[in-house]
Amino acid sequence: MAEKSKESLTDSSDEGSDQEPSYIFYRDRQEWSDVVPVELHEGPFPVVAIAYSDRFKDIFNYFRAIVLKNEISERAFQLTSDALELNPANYTVWQYRRTVLKGLEKSIPKELTFVRTIIEDHPKNYQVWHHRRVLVEWSGDPSSELRLTEIVLAQDAKNYHAWQHRQWVLDTFKLFDHELEFVERLLEDDIRNNSAWNQRYFVVKQTTGFTEDIINRELSFTVNSIKIVCNNESAWNYLRGILSHCPTGLNGHPIVEELCQFLDENKSEAPFYFAFLVDRMEEMMQSDPSKREVLLPKADEVLQLLATKMDPIRREYWLFLSRYFNSQFAI
Amino acid sequence: MTSFSISANSLQTEPLEITHQFIELCTPRIHLDVEGNPTVTSDEQVKVESTIEHILETFLENHEIDTTLPRLNRLQIVDFVRHGLSKLSASYECLDASRTWVCYWNLHSLELLEVPIPDETKNAVISFLNLCQNPTGGFGGGPFQYSHLAPTYAAVNALVILQSEEAFKIINRNEEGAFALHVGGEVDVRGTYCAVVVAKLTGIVDQKLFSGTSEWILKCQTYEGGFAGTPNQEAHGGYTFCALAALTLLGQESKCNVRCLMRWACNRQMKFEGGFQGRTNKLVDGCYSFWQGALFPLLHFLLAKSDQYSEALDAKRWLFNQEALQEYLLVCCQHPFGGLLDKPGRPRDFYHTCYGLSGLSIAQHVSGSGKSSIVGSPTNELALTHPIYNLGVNAVMSALNYFNSQPLRI
Repeated sequence: MAEKSKESLTDSSDEGSDQEPSYIFYRDRQEWSDVVPVELHEGPFPVVAIAYSDRFKDIFNYFRAIVLKNEISERAFQLTSDALELNPANYTVWQYRRTVLKGLEKSIPKELTFVRTIIEDHPKNYQVWHHRRVLVEWSGDPSSELRLTEIVLAQDAKNYHAWQHRQWVLDTFKLFDHELEFVERLLEDDIRNNSAWNQRYFVVKQTTGFTEDIINRELSFTVNSIKIVCNNESAWNYLRGILSHCPTGLNGHPIVEELCQFLDENKSEAPFYFAFLVDRMEEMMQSDPSKREVLLPKADEVLQLLATKMDPIRREYWLFLSRYFNSQFAI
Repeated sequence: MTSFSISANSLQTEPLEITHQFIELCTPRIHLDVEGNPTVTSDEQVKVESTIEHILETFLENHEIDTTLPRLNRLQIVDFVRHGLSKLSASYECLDASRTWVCYWNLHSLELLEVPIPDETKNAVISFLNLCQNPTGGFGGGPFQYSHLAPTYAAVNALVILQSEEAFKIINRNEEGAFALHVGGEVDVRGTYCAVVVAKLTGIVDQKLFSGTSEWILKCQTYEGGFAGTPNQEAHGGYTFCALAALTLLGQESKCNVRCLMRWACNRQMKFEGGFQGRTNKLVDGCYSFWQGALFPLLHFLLAKSDQYSEALDAKRWLFNQEALQEYLLVCCQHPFGGLLDKPGRPRDFYHTCYGLSGLSIAQHVSGSGKSSIVGSPTNELALTHPIYNLGVNAVMSALNYFNSQPLRI
């Protein structure tokens, strides 16, 4: 949601940056002498009052002044760079910067480099990624985007903003050619990376769709993965996702039947497997009422096992399903 | 440290005895089985589990000395958030564009702790938020910042908590621009939730404003069952809350895939830590105590309205383990000097304090049934929070009453 706040135990770091020899206050700059800085007006009883550093005050006093004047100029542009360095989460500064960029017809490649540096320092910030996207929309050139997101994902393979940007680029410019390979590499590194599984689903959905061949390919891939790591919710969720496009549902597909047989023979005790068995039984009881008499006690037994031993944290959920099954399928 | 874990292979032998080690309804805790295949995800998970196991061990020893534990450190939390409402150090410059949020987080924490807000503070908050409001409608994150839906939501919520006409009066409801998605800004389910909440609370909903909204939200439900920020992204706790709460306000909640959502939401509770994760195979985080936790009252009301499911509901319990969540928050997420955090070892902050307390309130009360389940000291009980707005229930009622009795001037 909103940017998470940080609390540092010492405040001394800010003073250090004020005294950087290279920084000259805007109020002392000759080329800004025509501008009257606009102090932050907080009223007589300020709340959530931040003890801004002198440099922060200086820069934002001048930023407010140029916004009021609606000044579109090179110096205004430089000022937004300074302001964003202090607070890259300030969406007002980004928005004004875009107005200046347009007004001055600034170079987009240069701006891409600027925002890239900030993204690398603040990869979980909403505004930087949004700015990046707008620039790519303006230029129509997505050629650096896959590489950029790969660099960010190499640091944190689950970064939500990076995935969002990557999906947008792939979809808008139809760049899916090597995406499945990329996803497979990530899953080889970490089979539990749910963002990569989600991306896999996205690629299939936007390219081939869920044809019979593709369903078979995806089921084989998932089943092989589950055989190696059975307690991996990502793979089980993906399995259900693929099966939702399969006319046979959770029951009857040979690849799925083979998986269940394998896990059964290996005496698997993975709760995800037992949860899957419950859903299979529900599906069967739904479609064939004659099976209810046999399956209902079986399903209930598994649900009680899940509730008391295998997955007691979700006791309420399993007991709910047990009551639901009994209300729906009792003879 | 076997008392918190059962190994998977104990299954075929003796039935497990659920021992009440320190809290009456204590749940057996089960470690992740890495199955000989460690990856980055499992390495991080194993580390968190071991930290928490250590904290629980220490807690157990303390509990033998003082059986009223765990205790919510009310005084210190109040001190932390009260201070945060008035003055912040320069390290908060990064939140300069989220100051209306800091107001809301801290006021809501005080509201949950049932600490009265002095008139002086109320007036200061009202005049500050008024400075954040723009003449074209909506609020910016601070004075002299463009209007944006997220800080608008935070500002309106903060004013609603104050429950006074002076606070309600400053909200300019007549500028439509405030409720369109931020010009030049990003579009996601968060923005939609903020817009619907603000419109509902201030009584400016009309059919045209939200035509097509619920259809768009429904496209964000993923194959996993949760909702993403935009279509095709990964299911995520924060966005799932925003989606289900907005759908509920629009009266369209039953149009989503309820069973799939229920399964996803229930699976987000961690089987060792007791808290919630935000996404599949991610780590526990105290803030999801609210984002995921609040899904359960919404799901509960949805199921209660359905002919098919209502009978199977337990009216006295949400569909998650309320005690395990309280244990996680009270034992593992309290900062020794007050305030709550993401997970042990992380710094405290106002955001996690607000959403940790909000989640605690939901875990304590099954609203509607009047049932409460308070883990630890009885003084841990918080005020009720409204699971859609995340505001005190009385505050929501008084805002709705006020604005619905004020005609619009359009």
